[in-house]
Amino acid sequence: MEVGLNHFLVVSTLLFSMGIYAIVTRKNAILVLMGIELILNSANINFIAFSRYGNFGLQGHLIALFVIVLAAAEAAIALAIVLNIYKTLSTVNIDEIDNLKD
Amino acid sequence: MTESVLINLSTAILFLPLLGFIVTLLIGKKVKSVFLFEVFILTVVLIASVVLAFGKLSYFADDKITAEFEWFRLTDTFAIKLGFLIDNITVLMLFVVALISGLVHYFSIAYMKGDERYNRYFAYLGLFTFSMNGIVLTHSIIMMYMFWELVGLSSYLLIGFWFEKKSAADAGKKAFLVNRIGDTGMLIGILILYITYHTFSFDQIFASISAGVLPFNSDFWLSVTGILLFMGAIGKSAQFPLHVWLPDAMEGPTPVSALIHAATMVAAGVYLTIRIFGLLTADAMMFIAIIGMLSAFIPATIALTQNDIKKVLAYSTVSQLGYMVMALGVGAYKFAFFHLVTHAFFKACLFLGSGSVIHSMHHEQDIRNMGGLRKKMPLTYITFLISSLAVSGIPLTSGFLSKDGILAGTFAFGSLTGYWIFAVAGLLVALLTAFYMFRLVVITFHGEPRDHHKFEHAKESPFVMAMPLAVLAVLSIFIFYTPNPVSAEQGWFLTKWINSPELHTPNSTRFDFMQSAEMIAQTSVSEHSTVLYSEQYSEAMHSAHYPAMFLSLFAAVLGIFLAFAFYQWKKVNVDKLVSNVKPLYNFSFNKWFFDEFYQKTFVTGLFGFSRFMSWFDAKIVDGIVNGSATVTHAFSTFMGGFDKYVVDGLVNFMAYLSGFFGLIFRRVQTGKVQTYIVLVVFSIIIFFFFF
Repeated sequence: MEVGLNHFLVVSTLLFSMGIYAIVTRKNAILVLMGIELILNSANINFIAFSRYGNFGLQGHLIALFVIVLAAAEAAIALAIVLNIYKTLSTVNIDEIDNLKD
Repeated sequence: MTESVLINLSTAILFLPLLGFIVTLLIGKKVKSVFLFEVFILTVVLIASVVLAFGKLSYFADDKITAEFEWFRLTDTFAIKLGFLIDNITVLMLFVVALISGLVHYFSIAYMKGDERYNRYFAYLGLFTFSMNGIVLTHSIIMMYMFWELVGLSSYLLIGFWFEKKSAADAGKKAFLVNRIGDTGMLIGILILYITYHTFSFDQIFASISAGVLPFNSDFWLSVTGILLFMGAIGKSAQFPLHVWLPDAMEGPTPVSALIHAATMVAAGVYLTIRIFGLLTADAMMFIAIIGMLSAFIPATIALTQNDIKKVLAYSTVSQLGYMVMALGVGAYKFAFFHLVTHAFFKACLFLGSGSVIHSMHHEQDIRNMGGLRKKMPLTYITFLISSLAVSGIPLTSGFLSKDGILAGTFAFGSLTGYWIFAVAGLLVALLTAFYMFRLVVITFHGEPRDHHKFEHAKESPFVMAMPLAVLAVLSIFIFYTPNPVSAEQGWFLTKWINSPELHTPNSTRFDFMQSAEMIAQTSVSEHSTVLYSEQYSEAMHSAHYPAMFLSLFAAVLGIFLAFAFYQWKKVNVDKLVSNVKPLYNFSFNKWFFDEFYQKTFVTGLFGFSRFMSWFDAKIVDGIVNGSATVTHAFSTFMGGFDKYVVDGLVNFMAYLSGFFGLIFRRVQTGKVQTYIVLVVFSIIIFFFFF
């Protein structure tokens, strides 16, 4: 069976779903961030797949590269935020961090 | 002598007393003898009035001199003109006023001696003389009304001259208020005349009536106008039913009573009626005659029982004024004025005589404390007796002539119209008059003194008081009016001096006998004419002359005889007679209860009405104000409530609603990031699902 566009999309969808699941269910902020990475990568797979099977040239690859850079920057900032949260609230449990409510 | 001389003389006669009044009033407190100036002025006025009367009656006997100037002008059509109307009646009346005023001035010099407001008294007399001359001289009804009110004012001031006494102050007030009632009617009459004729001048009004212009185009309103104008006379001349003020007015100084309340001011009402005689219809004359009859009869019965010397004379005055008014009502115009003149002299003499008595008895006015004064005061007695004979109507006196003429007039009226009641009342009054006058004379001057202490001190009055008495008593003798002592008809007073009145009313409104023969002959030619009395009335009067004379003489002699029998010879026990007719006596003694009646009805009614108005004001008017305030308040409260609960409620409800939804949706805002994400994801899924 030849590998087609749909296979990529299924993989990326699975990856996205796992990402969402991780974001929604994990209590640890770090794990949530990891879920975000999963989602970003599922998006990357989509970009590449559409770039390969669609008639878009290198645009998909470029955006995928861009997203990887963005993910690196985002991870850096997010980890810094998590670190600061841990410093101030002594926890990284997302359930307990509901100060924005007030 | 020319007309302008007469007019200038009249101007001087009018304004000199005003000058006297102003000067005396202004410097009266500083200069003690300034009253002599006022007396001097009155002397000048007296001389001037004699010259005026002489000039007028000798050179212009048939002329009517008028002079007028415009006083002020409000619009093109409304201007008030002042002026003189000088006819024979004017100058005679002016002479009467000036003479009596002058004599009263002389009399007062002694009578008022020692009074603390001596000069002010003379000032008031000057004001009165000025006002009275104004009434007499005026040519227009509005000017007469102005002076009419001025005499009312001076009368008020003089009645209440001793205002420290409450009774005097009250009497002044009463006179003023009672006169207002009559004056109101007079003013309405004047206004009716003005809106009809647009002029106040007597001559022009009469001319318009002759030309057929009537108020509201009806005979009825002409009668009403005449009666309304006559209401002024009812007030001023103290006619029934407004006669109640005159007896009370005796609270003033006695010379004032002589001048104002016997001779001149009260005669002003009669003078007014004489002036407006030309516009009186038969109905108005009938009304006047009835009022005059009642005013002649009722006070005469009251005078029978009064014990105050001045009250008797006051009621006698009302009665005699009633005579004059009745004479006008029955058409005896000439005799009404004749009686006015003769009455002015003898009644002034009686009042001054009573003043002389009161003065010498140290202000004793009750005749029960007098008696026997004949010996102490011979001159006062003789003058008083002559005047009493005159007022009773005994031959050789002026009163006999005029009274007889009036009775003849009532007889003629009775024979021509069938209303004999006036003649009967006239005779009855003549009897009563003779009785009460001689009751007064006998009790005061005859018999034994009752108060010996006062009698001892009584003495004849000084010359300035005795002289006026003598002058007035002499003027009460027939010879000044006619050479024939039993009939005045051929005398110069009635033939040369007084002209027959001109009637201006439409023929249909006159008494039948007052329609001239010329009129009856040519009714179709001229509907209105100003011709005089018919021959009919003159003839009837002429034929009634002797019966009237004998009957009135009989009545007078009977009255005098009864008075002597009662009080001099004591043939009749008066006290016993009185106790036999106690109710009648009380009725008369209490003046027919007029004052009580007025107190119970009008005064109480007025107070009741005032109280009602006060209640109305407090409850209804204030109630409306308070009610509107309450309504406003209630409305405001409602609006406040509306604002508070409805408007604010809406706002609050919106806020509450927001709060409510906030409360609901706030549960979503858990602050938990994962919840948000779940929501976002589900929302997106739903979003995709639908679109």
